[in-house]
Amino acid sequence: MATTTANGLVDQDRASAGGRRGYWLTAAVILLALLPVLGGKTGLISNYGFLQLSLMIVYAIAVLGLILLTGFNGQISLGHGAFFAVGAYVAAVLIDQANWPYWATLPVAAAFCFLVGYLFGLPALRLEGHYLALATFALAVAVPQILKYRHFEWFTNGVQGINIFKPDPPFGLPLSADQWMYLVVLAVAVLMFWIARNLLDSRTGRALRAIRDHTMAASTMGINVAHYKTVVFGISALYTGVAGALHAIIFEFVAPDSFRFELSIAILVGAVVGGIASLPGAVIGGVFVQVIEKYADALTKKLTAAVNLPLDLEPWTIYGIALIVLMYTMPMGIAGGLALLWKRLKRS
Amino acid sequence: MEQLIQQIASGLANGAVYACLALALVMIFVSTDHINFAQGELAMFSAYLVWQALSWGFNFWLALPVVALISFMIGVAIERLILRPLHDAPVLSVVVVFIGLLAIFHSLAGAIWGHTIKAIPSPFPQFSFVGSGYIGPHQIGMIVVTLVLLLALFAFFRFTPLGLAMRAAAQNPASARLAGVRVDWMLALGWGLAAAIGAVAGSLVAPAVYLEPNMMASILLYGFAGALVGGISSPGGAVAGGFIVGVLENVIAYLGNLLEKSSGVYIIGNGEKLTVALIIVITVLTLKPSGLFGKVSVKRV
Amino acid sequence: MQTNTTTRRLLLAGTGALALALAVSPASAQKNYDVGATDSEIKIGHTNPYSGNASAYGTIGKAIDAYFKMVNEQGGINGRKITFISYDDGYSPPKTVEMVRKLVEEDQVLFVFQTLGTPPNTAIQKYLNTKKVPQLFVATGASKWGHYKENPWTMGYQPDYVTEAIIYAKHILANVKDPKIGVLMQNDDYGKDYFNGFKQGLGKDADKLIVSHVTYEVTDPTVDSQIIQLKNSGANVFFNIATPKFAAQAIKKAGEIDWKPAQYLNNVAASVGAVIKPAGFEHAQGIITAAYLKDPTDPQWANAKDFLQWKAFMEKYYPTGNLADSNNVFGYSVATLMTIVLKQCGDDLTRANVMKQAANLKNVDLPMLLPGIKVNTSPTDFYPLQSVQLQKFQGEAWKLFGDVLSNESASN
Repeated sequence: MATTTANGLVDQDRASAGGRRGYWLTAAVILLALLPVLGGKTGLISNYGFLQLSLMIVYAIAVLGLILLTGFNGQISLGHGAFFAVGAYVAAVLIDQANWPYWATLPVAAAFCFLVGYLFGLPALRLEGHYLALATFALAVAVPQILKYRHFEWFTNGVQGINIFKPDPPFGLPLSADQWMYLVVLAVAVLMFWIARNLLDSRTGRALRAIRDHTMAASTMGINVAHYKTVVFGISALYTGVAGALHAIIFEFVAPDSFRFELSIAILVGAVVGGIASLPGAVIGGVFVQVIEKYADALTKKLTAAVNLPLDLEPWTIYGIALIVLMYTMPMGIAGGLALLWKRLKRS
Repeated sequence: MEQLIQQIASGLANGAVYACLALALVMIFVSTDHINFAQGELAMFSAYLVWQALSWGFNFWLALPVVALISFMIGVAIERLILRPLHDAPVLSVVVVFIGLLAIFHSLAGAIWGHTIKAIPSPFPQFSFVGSGYIGPHQIGMIVVTLVLLLALFAFFRFTPLGLAMRAAAQNPASARLAGVRVDWMLALGWGLAAAIGAVAGSLVAPAVYLEPNMMASILLYGFAGALVGGISSPGGAVAGGFIVGVLENVIAYLGNLLEKSSGVYIIGNGEKLTVALIIVITVLTLKPSGLFGKVSVKRV
Repeated sequence: MQTNTTTRRLLLAGTGALALALAVSPASAQKNYDVGATDSEIKIGHTNPYSGNASAYGTIGKAIDAYFKMVNEQGGINGRKITFISYDDGYSPPKTVEMVRKLVEEDQVLFVFQTLGTPPNTAIQKYLNTKKVPQLFVATGASKWGHYKENPWTMGYQPDYVTEAIIYAKHILANVKDPKIGVLMQNDDYGKDYFNGFKQGLGKDADKLIVSHVTYEVTDPTVDSQIIQLKNSGANVFFNIATPKFAAQAIKKAGEIDWKPAQYLNNVAASVGAVIKPAGFEHAQGIITAAYLKDPTDPQWANAKDFLQWKAFMEKYYPTGNLADSNNVFGYSVATLMTIVLKQCGDDLTRANVMKQAANLKNVDLPMLLPGIKVNTSPTDFYPLQSVQLQKFQGEAWKLFGDVLSNESASN
């Protein structure tokens, strides 16, 4: 089942590995890194604006985690919110209980989430397609309950959650806390995308795709399917967990209510709408997750004001319609749709 | 001991609801190979339609078939209008469409009927009987209706030409098409039947848990668990799975409490019953990947 | 500990930079504005769960919005129109933070009002206090919203859960012979607050008196299994700490399995229209709860002036709203209080003055409050409503009994 998911997909990012695109990418990253100066100092982008940008990047990292697993290895997960929550709690607990500096919590969150993902990947080997989808979904549903578990309360602080402090910029840099966090998040994201791209271009990446496209054939070619599948589960959890840790630091607060299964659904929607087997798709997905609800809300308010409906229209109706229309017009996600459009333009 | 019997009875009652929903999930799965995440919200929407009919003064048993028919048509319409064009799209794109449908039905119900809970009175006669301290008449009614539904479906698939055609279309579309079965309409029919079963599930669960837009959100998960543990391709298995999950979660909480009372050690309680039930389901699946009653699918190389 | 972070992050200097001016200063005739207030407008920010698990409370936001529409139609407050900006946070703390930051930094509201739920308010409290933006009349009864020393920019509204639970505990001790208490509790902040207050009220024997304490999760489909556990524990008193849907399920299930304890129901679920009626009047006879608002379905208020005004308001400004839902009464009352505070501010619409006036309410009577219950605040009392009256369900309505009760000890 799982393999058919991605069977029809082309890896859109393969072409982007080198050449001119590399320069463009570097230029874009530099531009983004200069934003606090260009946009912040001139007042074009508010601190709230930087918060939103940071969140887009955080979701992009989380979505990237899912894409590595589902898009490039064919294992479906509906429960990546669970790893997100684990990463967030690792960061929050270390800062709260052990007074760690925020940056030091990131590698620990990464390592811990890798372990959790790897362990979860073991039973997942036995589950395919819909069964794996449900098992991961169950994980996402169970996570808030586990965080409230009585014997964990001494470090999770139960339902009350944990308050932490957002870091101020170091060395007296003339930046606001939001601008600084944005730079931190951006740096982490660049590093993680770079690693992901190299991973996918390596032997490992080819093995992962071979398993996705034809597990049996890959196995006869001597690829250790079980090994790769569990490791990629760990890596995927690592990515999403780091995103969770960054999320906790940005918001200075974690609570079980922050990580309900809706989060997992949002990550999945981001991955599919962005483009499930594409690194640029992860970025598009992250932006989508962050902005869609607000647009749906704004559009609903406009609609309600324009048309005098006898009922209070709710934003989720618009959200649902948007998802269906997107899948209708671009079943391969926005990245896939754009790639197709580009091809057509070049041909004509 | 008495408490254990009560907990099992209450678990069976909940299980009947999960079983109904699991049955609807199986209907769509066997005919289209998809897991319909919007199934719960469709059922919830149907339950609101029943509530609306009741508030207009109709009798429940008159309203239910009419609403089931309307739901059937909604189901067929969704398949024809929304899913048909996505026939060749990747599975996950279809999943996202389901999430979209879920959001639409959920928010429409809230917009039309509000978020305050609404009561649907139990359609079953209220009477006392031996053991009515253990299980209410509504709960027994739910169990009976679920079993009747299962039998009816079984008969439909086994003995009617239409049922046979549907099975053929699902199992081997190409041959079925050659044999003159209109395969695409069979898929729509599967959707319609699932929506109608969902309508029954929704309007039976509403008297027990109260009607509100979030009503089915958690029940859907139990429905999934039931369908998977029983085997997602088998209607009988799904029903059994639903009952198993319902009883399991209550017994887990019961045992946890018993342990706490006798030894003073708290390990599991009401807060963890869902988690533990899910762990058990997943464990069962890793040992028996196609569910307790599912067919083993043979991989083709 | 507060000052350190405050000075570290004084971002919008100038606005609220003056130290908390809660000291005496007569309302100046001079116009004085912070961000969010002008000669013609006052901007108020708000978040509410219009979607998600807690969406039943979404109607509060709609009622408040409708109320301010009415105020504007009638000429506004001291000539200024109210712009009420309300966002959906889905009861998710990070979403609340995001929305509140949008309200403060982009929409530039004067203050934030009636944000709902304990976890969401906990998540934004530090931010608002650091920024010195009032977080007024929050819609949660946790006892921590009145800590004026630690959080001088946060103020609660409704009687806090701890006080209410203490009142039940005392009533049980005085009226039930040999009480064996079973507690059903939602497993979150709100449930724990009630439970802790309850234990405090029972005193040192609390652990002996409570024979069974069971919890449920908001994701549970039913609480049937929990009610069976409580019945089997042999409890003769049932304290129901549940939100409307689960409270109704519990009352109904207890009736169905013939469990007849003395029942105490938290005020959160005291709505006749949203809880008691769906649960069935026959199962609800004799339930005791503490109230501070009039129930809109209660016939004894059918001709009361404030009820008729509320009803006329609902019909004109919020016609899609449910007349049986006491959340709509709640929204109406608290919006009235907000208007009173803003009127009292006069032309001095600074954040400091809004906070100062909110902390300067003397025996204010709000529409739909029970007779004898008034709003009182002072610079050292950030609990606007502290009184409740017990009522018992009889026939198809609540019957008030006893005196108006309060627990002044909770005010620090």
